[in-house]
Amino acid sequence: MMLLRAGIGRLAWRNLWRNRRRTLIMLLAVVVGVWAMVFMSAMMRGMVDEMVRNGLDQLPGEVQIHHRDYRDDPSVVNSIAPPAGDLLAALQQPPVSAWSARVRVPAMVSSAHGSRGVTLLGVDPAAERALGSAPRTMVAGRFLDGVDDRGVVLGQRLVERLETGLGKRVVIMSQDPDNNVADRGVRVVGIYSARLPGDEERFVYGGRAAIQELLGIGHQVSEVAVIGDGYRAVAPWAARVAAAAPELEVLSWRQLDPFLDAMLTLQDGFALVFMVVVFQALSFGLVNTLAMAVFERVREIGLMQALGMRPGLVLQQVLLESVFLLGLGLALGNALAWLSIKPLESGIDLSSVARGMEMFAMGSILYPALDWRDMLLSTVVVLGLGLLASLIPAWRAARLDPVRALNSH
Amino acid sequence: MTAISCRELCKTFRQGEELITGLDRVSLDIDSGSFVSLSGPSGSGKTTLLNAMGGLDTPDSGQVTVGGTRIDGLDRGERADMRLHNIGFVFQAYNLVPVLSAQENVEFVMQVQGVAAAERQRRAREVLDDVGLAGMEGRLPGELSGGQQQRVAVARAIAARPKLVLADEPTANLDSHSAAQLMGLFVELNEQRGVTFVMSTHDTRVMAYARRLISMRDGRIVEDRAQEPRPMNL
Repeated sequence: MMLLRAGIGRLAWRNLWRNRRRTLIMLLAVVVGVWAMVFMSAMMRGMVDEMVRNGLDQLPGEVQIHHRDYRDDPSVVNSIAPPAGDLLAALQQPPVSAWSARVRVPAMVSSAHGSRGVTLLGVDPAAERALGSAPRTMVAGRFLDGVDDRGVVLGQRLVERLETGLGKRVVIMSQDPDNNVADRGVRVVGIYSARLPGDEERFVYGGRAAIQELLGIGHQVSEVAVIGDGYRAVAPWAARVAAAAPELEVLSWRQLDPFLDAMLTLQDGFALVFMVVVFQALSFGLVNTLAMAVFERVREIGLMQALGMRPGLVLQQVLLESVFLLGLGLALGNALAWLSIKPLESGIDLSSVARGMEMFAMGSILYPALDWRDMLLSTVVVLGLGLLASLIPAWRAARLDPVRALNSH
Repeated sequence: MTAISCRELCKTFRQGEELITGLDRVSLDIDSGSFVSLSGPSGSGKTTLLNAMGGLDTPDSGQVTVGGTRIDGLDRGERADMRLHNIGFVFQAYNLVPVLSAQENVEFVMQVQGVAAAERQRRAREVLDDVGLAGMEGRLPGELSGGQQQRVAVARAIAARPKLVLADEPTANLDSHSAAQLMGLFVELNEQRGVTFVMSTHDTRVMAYARRLISMRDGRIVEDRAQEPRPMNL
């Protein structure tokens, strides 16, 4: 059978190049189509990855552990003890790569020139860095030294709004567990910038122990944020962590932010829809190319049938021509996509439309993400639908009557 | 032994409103090793009979038996298999695959049969040598003359060692010299290898090579007689 296939393959390959110009035009269309599929998928994946990453930065973490009532009432009343025992053991197992216990409460920060509502984060700076949720860029000053650091780190835009600055004092005000005002004058020790400018106005960082002392909650924390080895596959280890802390609420980012989850699902679905739409345009050219190739060879196909080639083999031969054309187009299209995306992976500067990008929870740099699964999907779509479309001319070729075909001109 | 047996073959064609009779109750037996010429004017039914014998077309009624197997009831695929393993065809137009070289054209049938590459290459070279095309194995059909192309077609027909060769006007497009060479080749194959030849032709000089002459008119056999082959200068 392989021997036979080899012969049919040679014939199909040579037939493909009989009309070199037509084949090259169709090949070019397939290459551009495949390139567009993979390139656009990489751009979309980059956008969604950015949105998810930014979303995870804000959560933060891929999994969060809370008091069961915390999400309804994120006050200090619903705080939890820092991880210990089984939970601590679960957090020390791979694929968990980092975790951070943090105080997170609504607060007011005031300067001599104004006040703003913020989210006050009492953090362990080392754990936050490991988690990847510490501010990446310090514009001035420093980040926190440790959990006992009594200074605060503000975002650049908040500093501008409050008309304060590095080394100046601001007043932090929140509530303690007894609903009394807990306030303290603190010094600004650092100013950060964030990928999303909105974050700069929202988050104020303080040393965890210092904030716990301010709020009078002992060693209690609001949440434990955890990350693993990739945000797409958190379910298995999140379940293991949940089993170690049955009295607490352990939620993955998909549950904490269903919008992000929907975006990710939508992106995967949209990539498929986009590929199918692009292929629709290609399929007309493909069917036309093969139909013409069959039409021009009616007599020859009749001859091969007369000599004893079964209709099924004729069908295979025409389909093989399609496979060669599509396969070549896929190889070149994927290679072109790879070559055009790789230089852009360091980021495409979209700062001119940064405000608009922020609306979609994206920063000003877009990082296209080439994923082998998109290349595989485009291959499956192009080959699968291509073969399906090629069945029409192939079927016609296989159904030719040898006598009529031999007498055709 | 009977190579082909036809019984009461009928075939009609529709041409517009008119029904044309292709075969009208044709019956005949052709023995193995025969060299038969089918003759008659255009539209007499020669090609229709050859097509029915070769399983290229199915009769409206009647029976066709090739090598002891009824073929009139076979489906397309089964008829293709029967042709592949039993019959070599030579058509009026040379009918070679233009993208395959002379050697690859000759190998084609054997390749579909599943003959191993080394064996079919050896046989193709041998047969091309027999038909006087040694050294032209790599040429494409477009690089060969009409006579050479027809010899490649004959080589393709016999390389798979069929028991029966059906040739439809094989010399129609050849000059006298090429036609004489081709007929000499047919006679040689018939006499030395025992291949059965059934050949349709208009040309009385070609008919002279046959040992049995069948004449047709209006879809019927009007004459069927044996003769001593009298090869003529074509």
